Amino acid sequence: MSGRPVALPGEPEIDLAEARAHGLTDAEFVRIVKILGRRPTFTELGVVSVAWSEHCSYKSSRKHLKMLPARSELVVQGPGENAGAIDVGDGWAAVFKIESHNHPSYVEPHQGAATGVGGILRDIFTMGARPIASMDSLKFGSFDHPRTRYLLGGVVGGIGGYGNCVGVPTVAGEVMFDAAYNGNILVNAFCLGLVRKGEMLSARAKGLGNSVMYVGSATGRDGIHGASLLASAEFDEAREAKRPTVQVGDPFTEKLLIEACLEAGRTGAIVAIQDMGAAGLTSSSSEMASRGEVGIVLDLDKVPLREPGITPYEILLSESQERMLLVAAPGREDELRKIFEKWDLHAVVIGKITDDKRWCATWRDQLVADIPVGALTDDAPVYDRPHAPPKAPPTRVALKRSAPTPRDALRALLDNPNVASKRWVYRQYDSLVLSNTVEGPGTDAAVLRIKHSPRGIALKVDSNPRACEREPYIGTIATVCEAVRNVACVGAHPVGITNCLNYGNPERPEIMWQFVRGVAALRDAALAFGTPVVSGNVSFYNETEGRAIPPTPTIAVLGVLPDVTKRVTQFFKQAGDVIAIVRTSPPSLAASEYETVYGLDGGTLAAIDLVREKALIDALVGSIEQGLIQSAHDVSEGGMLVALAEPCLNPAALVGAEVDLGVHPSDRAALFGEGPSTVVLSVRTDGDLARAEKMFSGRGLEFSVIGRVVDEAKLRVAGVVDEDVCELRTIYEDALPRRLKASD
Amino acid sequence: MKWGVIRFPGSLDDGDALYAISEVMGQDATMLWHKEESLQGAKCLFLPGGFSYGDYLRTGAIARFSPIMKSVASFAADGGLVIGTCNGFQILCEAHLLPGALTRNRSLSFICERVHVRVENANTVFTRAAREGQVLCLPIKHGEGCYVAPEDELRQMEERGQVILRYVDAEGRGSEAANPNGSMRAIAGVANERFNVFGLMPHPEHAVEKMLGGDDARVFFQSIVESAQ
Repeated sequence: MSGRPVALPGEPEIDLAEARAHGLTDAEFVRIVKILGRRPTFTELGVVSVAWSEHCSYKSSRKHLKMLPARSELVVQGPGENAGAIDVGDGWAAVFKIESHNHPSYVEPHQGAATGVGGILRDIFTMGARPIASMDSLKFGSFDHPRTRYLLGGVVGGIGGYGNCVGVPTVAGEVMFDAAYNGNILVNAFCLGLVRKGEMLSARAKGLGNSVMYVGSATGRDGIHGASLLASAEFDEAREAKRPTVQVGDPFTEKLLIEACLEAGRTGAIVAIQDMGAAGLTSSSSEMASRGEVGIVLDLDKVPLREPGITPYEILLSESQERMLLVAAPGREDELRKIFEKWDLHAVVIGKITDDKRWCATWRDQLVADIPVGALTDDAPVYDRPHAPPKAPPTRVALKRSAPTPRDALRALLDNPNVASKRWVYRQYDSLVLSNTVEGPGTDAAVLRIKHSPRGIALKVDSNPRACEREPYIGTIATVCEAVRNVACVGAHPVGITNCLNYGNPERPEIMWQFVRGVAALRDAALAFGTPVVSGNVSFYNETEGRAIPPTPTIAVLGVLPDVTKRVTQFFKQAGDVIAIVRTSPPSLAASEYETVYGLDGGTLAAIDLVREKALIDALVGSIEQGLIQSAHDVSEGGMLVALAEPCLNPAALVGAEVDLGVHPSDRAALFGEGPSTVVLSVRTDGDLARAEKMFSGRGLEFSVIGRVVDEAKLRVAGVVDEDVCELRTIYEDALPRRLKASD
Repeated sequence: MKWGVIRFPGSLDDGDALYAISEVMGQDATMLWHKEESLQGAKCLFLPGGFSYGDYLRTGAIARFSPIMKSVASFAADGGLVIGTCNGFQILCEAHLLPGALTRNRSLSFICERVHVRVENANTVFTRAAREGQVLCLPIKHGEGCYVAPEDELRQMEERGQVILRYVDAEGRGSEAANPNGSMRAIAGVANERFNVFGLMPHPEHAVEKMLGGDDARVFFQSIVESAQ
């Protein structure tokens, strides 16, 4: 059916004012009138406004994202489907992606975070992969801000409530507190699944006349305009009123949907499948049709509804959770329906594939929308927004404070929520279900085994907004280096990247400049490490009342271990082992936690030599693979002294360290600098030491022996600190619980 | 001996239990669907952890009405071996196959961590391969694991030896700090009066491989296998 869609009784007149209320610019309204050759109906205007929202269309970022490298011999699926996929060996592909759910989580932290987890899970199992691991990157405002504890409790409870109930372990993550996020927190959710290569499902609709089936939960009125008005606009004082645009999650139904979709996928009766995420039925149907270069017609009377009286506009824009759209192979609809009914889920034919490349919807025997598929997808507006560096680069005001002793600083940093143990957070997450977790939260990177295979995978998510705020290009390079290094520290070969790019309003040239520089850095670093960027997400408009968050590209890295039994952790193992450090450049206080805590100016960020960074990764992975390394730990938040204390906190053994760094106790950069790339290693004194040293020195990296692991639980750094490890552990472990208890 | 792992909608550790029993412990095991009534000849039933029916009403409260639960009840009445972990324990309590109930953790938060439990009665089919007083390190992961029962009943259970596992510290001593969820008398696992139904909050299926953090729970599976011989 095509023709002229009807306006329904009671629908408003469509004009510029109505278009603006839907978040379209005047030029965009003119553009859609021109494409249609007429004014859109109210239903069509709603559909176009979500499809052309920043969140769905990537209209400001698309041009730049094309620069990212997406190929390697291991890439099974690059950008273009619901998630990317990398060959991890033995016939398995790892399907993974990270996505933001920032604004919903600020407005309604529990449901916002929960549905963030639910959404990213669906992106993975829609590819036919069983989700096996989740991670989360969380940014909250200052711990002292009145809303932070409420948001922290809500977000962590939401992630746990959903992830635990759906049976996917949360194995790693990061949490940061900074006043820059007081008005706009970040919740970035990552998921990874495994699928046999060759059994991956696609979201490419095909086959003239094939049935389009709706499966999962019924459609309600929740989440309407979540993508357009909530995710694609800045916050203002009316943000609380946006709570109805947040969806409500049902992890139990999601669990049933996972099992049913994977079971249905194995029958071969699914031609194409996509989850109904942002912009629900509209985006899933138009994107599948666009990929397959076909048309689609939807009969909205067939859509399962939670309540009567829901209009076509609402049906098409609803972001009700736990719903999927699929294209069935001819004649196999009943077979699929039976599988979904076994799991007590709806499965209804609601439309069919056509050959006219038009996206049509009917309701009560009337045509209510008729739009070219391309207008909703590839031909949506693309902007080359102006970008320019800020007129005055950010400056730091150095506060006049007397320098603390190294002992006081070490203790203060271990007690700092950004450095301290995140056990309070991760003990609320099931990290064990599915029986693959070899190393869970609390180490440099999570390690999972692949059953029936000697192989394992390693996962880590990192970000460094302080460095990115100082200099977006170098900061982003540093972030990628850190995530890659964390994965290498457990002995895994880094093989792929997914990213979530969180920025302010792209209509401001200085924000767009941060973004463009960040993407350029991501490209350069990904090329240097041979780690293609196979999937990702952009989140703009992270600002409140004109104040943007610092640029926050969140980078998640996948690593592969050919032999998972060779992995190491950060913890010192046995007395007598030699402690060594390897670094790529001199330490610096710029953008360090110490700089923030003690209010000084750590100077400018030095450029990062990616050739040396790659050499460090190769040496680390090579030496761990050969069994030469007992422990490896990346120097990050807090700097060297913290990075020497953390490996002493071995939960399985009482150990300490005696070290001589050869620096004066006033050398704060050496003790607390986080400057690019230092790794703390422990090595057995036998033949391993010489061979390990050669692995690093052979690549032009200085391997400096600085001390030994001891069986007395003391951290002794000559002339700097002499600390009891049990006391340090107490400070480190109590920092979050102590603060949160105080709020009861 | 054939094992049956029962899969309810919302079961999560069902695959892990099947893997632990069949692939790690080398036993014959099969998955049983909750809508069926046949136990397919299983001689030991395993009710796994998870959130059956989302646990939206009360943990285990709806799963107990699944068709297969009738078969489980008559199987238990005939002396068949039944073990329930976490949500499986909750379902067995709801079905009155075990005494007591599981309520919200004292902290009101979900807790996932390794804890220590002491074997209080090693004279059962589920624990005979362990020593009395043996301390095991096992993972817990639950939001509602606080065991409660009327005082009278608790006293009788203790007298009859139905308290099988108690939360302790690594040295085997009981303390407030070692009780992760506030369970009465630090109870982590109980048996019925006939000692053929066993429920515990820790997850034995997640403690059978050293690579995944420890294998202390092998004693439960070994005990059951030995009992059948």
